Amino acid sequence: MVPITTLHYIVVAAALFVLGVIGVLTRRNVVIVLMSIELILNAVNLNLVAFSRMWGNLHGQVFAIFVTVDAAAEAAVGLGILIAFFRNKDTVNVDEIDLLKW
Amino acid sequence: MIAVSTGMAPVATPWFFYGLAGLAVASGLAVITRRNAVHSALALIVTLLSVAGLYLMLYAPFVAGVQIIVYAGGIMVLFLFVIMLVNIERSSKDRQFNRMWPVGLAAACALMVLFVSAFVKGNKLFPDRGMTLAEGSNTQEIAKLLYGEAGKMGQYTFAFEIASLLLLVAILGAVIMTKKKI
Repeated sequence: MVPITTLHYIVVAAALFVLGVIGVLTRRNVVIVLMSIELILNAVNLNLVAFSRMWGNLHGQVFAIFVTVDAAAEAAVGLGILIAFFRNKDTVNVDEIDLLKW
Repeated sequence: MIAVSTGMAPVATPWFFYGLAGLAVASGLAVITRRNAVHSALALIVTLLSVAGLYLMLYAPFVAGVQIIVYAGGIMVLFLFVIMLVNIERSSKDRQFNRMWPVGLAAACALMVLFVSAFVKGNKLFPDRGMTLAEGSNTQEIAKLLYGEAGKMGQYTFAFEIASLLLLVAILGAVIMTKKKI
């Protein structure tokens, strides 16, 4: 049995990151796009914690906590924008959000 | 000081890692493919919990706790509330993927090829030292970095204050954004 190295965790994080990118680029529902962004941020967090173990100090874990704070702020503002948009246009599809396109 | 490299074998076997990683990736796939947004949100909760398990395997119990409390407990409740506020009946009936989805998929595949080639070429950049971090004092050590000790500012105290300011701005932004009349 191969012992689990840092590279294993980084490969898992890369898979989650690519899944998130696919979700952001292809889905139409804004809620699911925001969830894909959460997937991407989680992949970054997993990388940071894996590197924290690799170097044997806690700076990566502290940074992961800051990324979590960012994710919370981003989700709150993004969902607020979504509710305001749904109130005005009555849809949650990304390709109908084109008020700034002229 | 923090890293203690004992000769002790880790308690969790590699099978834990493979199970948690497979669960995370499979439910991540479910997040981006489900038609119903509620199912996506539930799959995302499974992903977050299995990533928290991976944090535990990486000797980061505090980050795992933050992951469960803030992500799975806080952010996902926010998501589920918003899903109930917007009309998912109609949006789950119409087309789920936008018209340019082959382009997006190709770009994501190109990104994956880039990752794989970087990992194959540069796997010497990620040495495995078999490090074990002290789990019992993990929270205290993080607190020393965030808050400082013995009256002195920690290394990340200023960044911590900035983060609290960011959260304040986010609260105000979310409240103002969702008001009917500003």
